[in-house]
Amino acid sequence: MPSFITSYLDKNIHVTPGQYGSPFWALVYILVVFGGVSLAVVCMNWLERKILAHMQIRLGPMRVGPHGLLQPIADAIKLILKEDIIPEGADRFVFWIAPMIILLAVFSVYTVVPFGPTHAITDMNIGILFMLGVSSLGVLGIVMAGWASNSHYPLLGALRSSAQMVSYEVAMGLAVISAVLMTSLNAEGTGTLSMIGIVQAQYAQHVWFIFKFFPLGLIAFFIFAVAMVAETNRAPFDLPEAESELTAGFHTEYSGLRWSLFMLGEYAAMIAVSSIAITLWLGGWMRPFPNLLSGPTWDLAFSFFPALTFFGLAGMTFYSTMRMPKHSYFRVQTIGLGAFGAVFALIGLILLLPGVNGRVQDIYWFIFKIAVFMYLYIWYRGTFPRYRFDQLMKVGWKILLPMGIGVLMLTGIVALRTELWDFMHEAIRRLVHV
Amino acid sequence: MEPVATTFFFYLLSGLAILSGVLVITRKNPVHSALALILTLLCLAGLYLMLYAPFVAGVQIILYVGGIMVLFLFVIMLVNLERSQKEKQFNQQWVPGILAAVALGALFVTIYIKGDALFVRPEMRFPEAENTQQVGQMLYSNYMFPFEIASLLLLVAIIGAVVMAKKRI
Repeated sequence: MPSFITSYLDKNIHVTPGQYGSPFWALVYILVVFGGVSLAVVCMNWLERKILAHMQIRLGPMRVGPHGLLQPIADAIKLILKEDIIPEGADRFVFWIAPMIILLAVFSVYTVVPFGPTHAITDMNIGILFMLGVSSLGVLGIVMAGWASNSHYPLLGALRSSAQMVSYEVAMGLAVISAVLMTSLNAEGTGTLSMIGIVQAQYAQHVWFIFKFFPLGLIAFFIFAVAMVAETNRAPFDLPEAESELTAGFHTEYSGLRWSLFMLGEYAAMIAVSSIAITLWLGGWMRPFPNLLSGPTWDLAFSFFPALTFFGLAGMTFYSTMRMPKHSYFRVQTIGLGAFGAVFALIGLILLLPGVNGRVQDIYWFIFKIAVFMYLYIWYRGTFPRYRFDQLMKVGWKILLPMGIGVLMLTGIVALRTELWDFMHEAIRRLVHV
Repeated sequence: MEPVATTFFFYLLSGLAILSGVLVITRKNPVHSALALILTLLCLAGLYLMLYAPFVAGVQIILYVGGIMVLFLFVIMLVNLERSQKEKQFNQQWVPGILAAVALGALFVTIYIKGDALFVRPEMRFPEAENTQQVGQMLYSNYMFPFEIASLLLLVAIIGAVVMAKKRI
């Protein structure tokens, strides 16, 4: 094999392909991440409908495939075949480029998402700044889509969206800064903005930043968790596309493939901001208790988790297979569901192989945490009623922003408590002597 | 590792920046001008990256593209575009325009010819990885006073905006 393929596979290399400077492997990683995210979006599409339906005591999609498993594929075919309409009087170029900008912004963010210490496309020393900056480009796409449609509902949706995103970015930034501040609490006293560096700082300080300086880390995480729902235009902050008021908001005039690009962008953005939250506060790719429960025994115990997850999924699928109606009409569907379970079991078996097992640990924990966040997103949507626009602005500017500033200042004070104490001690001593 | 920042990228980015800068003033539709301006700002961010200043590039994208330009578009979308389409785009002051262009061109030519002698060739004092830390330390040590003045100015601007916008305080 040529050297540009094999050189990165050396066992002594512990950096990402981007840092190592291997364009071939960087491209492979990019394709894997792009494919993985797209697959995750398809899964989310099905899961969201099913989970929402079950929360509302409905069945959700049941017709296409067993338990509606093939519904996303049917939807994709429908969207591709649909007529692509550009409204009369629309600004064609801007209308055409708006969904592309959203997708471009969202997928560029994945360049620095650290799925593991070596499992990222690259690591930048401005990683978190890059993520925040590029994901803020998505709002441009929404504004352009709303304006270019030359219609009232989209324009109002775009106006709401830009106001909302600009307001919540401020609170989000302050929460992020307080987490970045925590990375600087080491011997050298220098922090880092690199995504991989932030996770390593949590490992070195033996604590996830959500639990650091309790409850300061928790409050910062809470601010970010609220702001990130607002940033991705999801319920209960989905005012730019509020159905009852604006039909479908900024993408009212879009149809077919372009509309599906908006959906892809929305779900991919949800995964992207969740991965920021996980990296900053929830220990990134680290398994629970990497310092406390260390040693080969615990490593072995935790290494069974990926396989166990897939065996659990396979078990659930087999259980549903047994509960399928016994009528001959359902025979094909029953066999299909059984095969689906068998695929899960096979993946579980592959994950048990010693060579694979060690390499997927970090990826598994990162994706597991993302999955928890995705479930939370769906849960919010099933639980909270939509905010009114003035309430939304009030929460952003009058509650989250002051909280963010307060947390940032308190974090700084607590981090420098010994220095501050010495300084005050010295000052009082001098005063007394004068 | 080989440097990625080659001459090709410099000419690509600066060419794009100039092209979109020209588009900003020649487009009739203000929204198109704003979009071209966004492209210019993104190209500038790329040029900052080539100057080994990743922090400045990141801040450029967050502040200008993500913040200020969104507000620009926000305002432009509320303006009546029909009227601005009919307005005359350029004025007829040829003489001052030509004078300014000649002066600027002369400056560029001078720098191109005698640039090496006029300016000290800059050396990189800090590695790229320390860019953010160095910016932070400079802001809070050597340039503390200008930094505070700038923040005071921004505070005044915020208060002024609130005073002008609100009828009853």
